[in-house]
Amino acid sequence: MKGGAVTGIAWALMMAKWRQTLVAGLGVMFGITMFVTMLGFMTGLNHLLDGLILNRTPHVRIYHELKATPLQPVQKVLQDQQHFIRSIRPLVSKNKIRNSEALTAYLKKHPNVAGVAPRVSSQVFYSLGTSNLGGTLQGVDVATESAKFHLADYVTEGDITNLINVPNSIIIGKGIADIMLLKIGDPLEIIMPDASSKRLKVVGFFQSGIKDIDKVLSYTDVSNLQSMMDVPSDHFTEIYVNLKDMKQAPVLAGEISKMFDVDAEDIQKANSQFETGTKVRTIISYSVGITLLIVAGFGIYNILNMLIYEKMDTIAILKAMGYSGSDVKRIFSIISVSIGIGGGIAGMLMGFILSNVIDQIPFNTASLPTVKTYPVSYNPGFYAIAFLFSFVTTFFAGYFPSRKASQMDPVSIIRGK
Amino acid sequence: MRNTRILEANSVSKVFADSGDLQVLHEVSMHVEQGEFVSIVGKSGCGKSTLLYILSTMDTNYSGDIFLDGQLLKGRTPEELARIRNEKIGFVFQFHYLLNEFSVLENVMLPAIKLGKYPRHQIREMALEKLRMLDVMSEANKNPNQLSGGQKQRVAIARALINSPKIIIADEPTGNLDQVNSEIVFNIFTELSGVFKQSLLVVTHDKEFASRTDRIIEMVDGRVVSQV
Ligand SMILES: Nc1ncnc2c1ncn2[C@@H]1O[C@H](COP(=O)(O)OP(=O)(O)OP(=O)(O)O)[C@@H](O)[C@H]1O
Ligand SMILES: [Mg+2]
Repeated sequence: MKGGAVTGIAWALMMAKWRQTLVAGLGVMFGITMFVTMLGFMTGLNHLLDGLILNRTPHVRIYHELKATPLQPVQKVLQDQQHFIRSIRPLVSKNKIRNSEALTAYLKKHPNVAGVAPRVSSQVFYSLGTSNLGGTLQGVDVATESAKFHLADYVTEGDITNLINVPNSIIIGKGIADIMLLKIGDPLEIIMPDASSKRLKVVGFFQSGIKDIDKVLSYTDVSNLQSMMDVPSDHFTEIYVNLKDMKQAPVLAGEISKMFDVDAEDIQKANSQFETGTKVRTIISYSVGITLLIVAGFGIYNILNMLIYEKMDTIAILKAMGYSGSDVKRIFSIISVSIGIGGGIAGMLMGFILSNVIDQIPFNTASLPTVKTYPVSYNPGFYAIAFLFSFVTTFFAGYFPSRKASQMDPVSIIRGK
Repeated sequence: MRNTRILEANSVSKVFADSGDLQVLHEVSMHVEQGEFVSIVGKSGCGKSTLLYILSTMDTNYSGDIFLDGQLLKGRTPEELARIRNEKIGFVFQFHYLLNEFSVLENVMLPAIKLGKYPRHQIREMALEKLRMLDVMSEANKNPNQLSGGQKQRVAIARALINSPKIIIADEPTGNLDQVNSEIVFNIFTELSGVFKQSLLVVTHDKEFASRTDRIIEMVDGRVVSQV
């Protein structure tokens, strides 16, 4: 017998009924294992589903939409007066973002902004021999896009950095490659809207997960496309902004569109159904996990109750020897909490192992070229919650049986013999 | 006068309210002097056990006053009573009531561990000493259910003695033993009383046993009828 009087007795009682103790511990372990695994797996899937949208959509997208100005220029000058100039139409080539330099400078200084990636895009024809294919070519800032955005994740063959390393290079959609039978290293002729053309070298393929996009879209370096379009280096058609706190996107979008007279769309507006889905899935995972833990808690409650009924004589004798009600309560609390902690630790371990197993199961989907196995989240928060919960449930599961034991009248038990 | 009385009960009455106000003890007054070996006798059901549970602080639902070692037991919290029980009273039951989760030695050590007055290794020595005194030291590391009835009762007595209590209270300690073992237990008690001046209060049905004690308290229907 080691430790304090009470701990020693608690230990001895547990060991005397080690089978039951083990079963109770296994109950907790099972609950915690399932909690951690389920939550990890469901969160992993959640992230994956979120990623389908999040990785493709910048938190704020700044662009300049071609539309007739609601306020005709002449009205700005002649307010409330009669005028005869109407229907001034927009200039087609002017879908570029005005004052882009000041705008990017402002964004880069903004405390909540994590990354700013200006893009330029143009309608093009992909031309190889006799076949011509219409499409869109986007010029991207490769360094920023691969560091702060997820463009690189979708490049399935070749390397996105080759866009800078190899001059006049292009990464094309897998669909284009299939149609035009292109391999990496092949040249591809690009015909611009003004009929000028340029030969680019294919350095990679990408798969966005949406086949129709893969048939039209290609990427090249931003300055390369700007020179092909014969526009200055501040000519951008879109600016992608990622934030440190995604929730602030609508605020920033509003602020930017007012300050710089541009269109700005936040991710929440672009995917309004996305947040509801995430929330619902999270609620489901937590309710399943907590149900499992509560079931485990009832198991402990049952076993402790049984243990106390079996140990009535022991309790009576301990009391006759001078152990007080609170000593008895502590003995049974120690038993239940030890079962909780033991089962909790084992459960976290098993949960981690099970998560690892799931993590190894192959999972291939066309829409997510980078995902090869089932996604699992190892968020330490889940483990912390699971452990805390195992502790709390077992404490409460043990509380009432312990109290009952502490209030037991030794005389009635000794007489009962 | 009182300070030589280790245990004193004044007009102790007990009513079992839940059995239609059955009064089991009627104004019981008795005492045990320091070093005295007192026995209580009486017919079955006359209230001997009830009185012992009250005297040993385990039953607090009574009227009248009880002094243990000069201290009034009335109005103390269950915690305080547990402490008093631990420190000053050694209880021996008819059934030995050893705890099977612990070895014989650990059983004897348990009250002293609760008392917390000595370090563990010293408690161990003390427990072994008591076991030796009661001639069961060879059983120290066995499990209680490997022992004979007489050995168990001797271990129970060792356990009652471990904290050097002011008084040993025993309820029919030989009731479950054969002639030989009863004799052994009785001899232990007389030796404790004679050699160690241990105060003892023992309920017994055994007339022969009672006649060899210092004083016999006889009870009839919840009343003390004679103390000689
Ligand atoms: N919890 C209880 N509720 C009601 N009556 C009780 C209770 N406990 C004991 N009694 C009654 O009190 C009386 C005294 O019982 P007690 O056990 O003290 O007798 P005893 O003298 O020890 O008898 P024995 O020699 O058989 O052990 C008995 O009539 C018994 O039925
Ligand atoms: Mg009795």
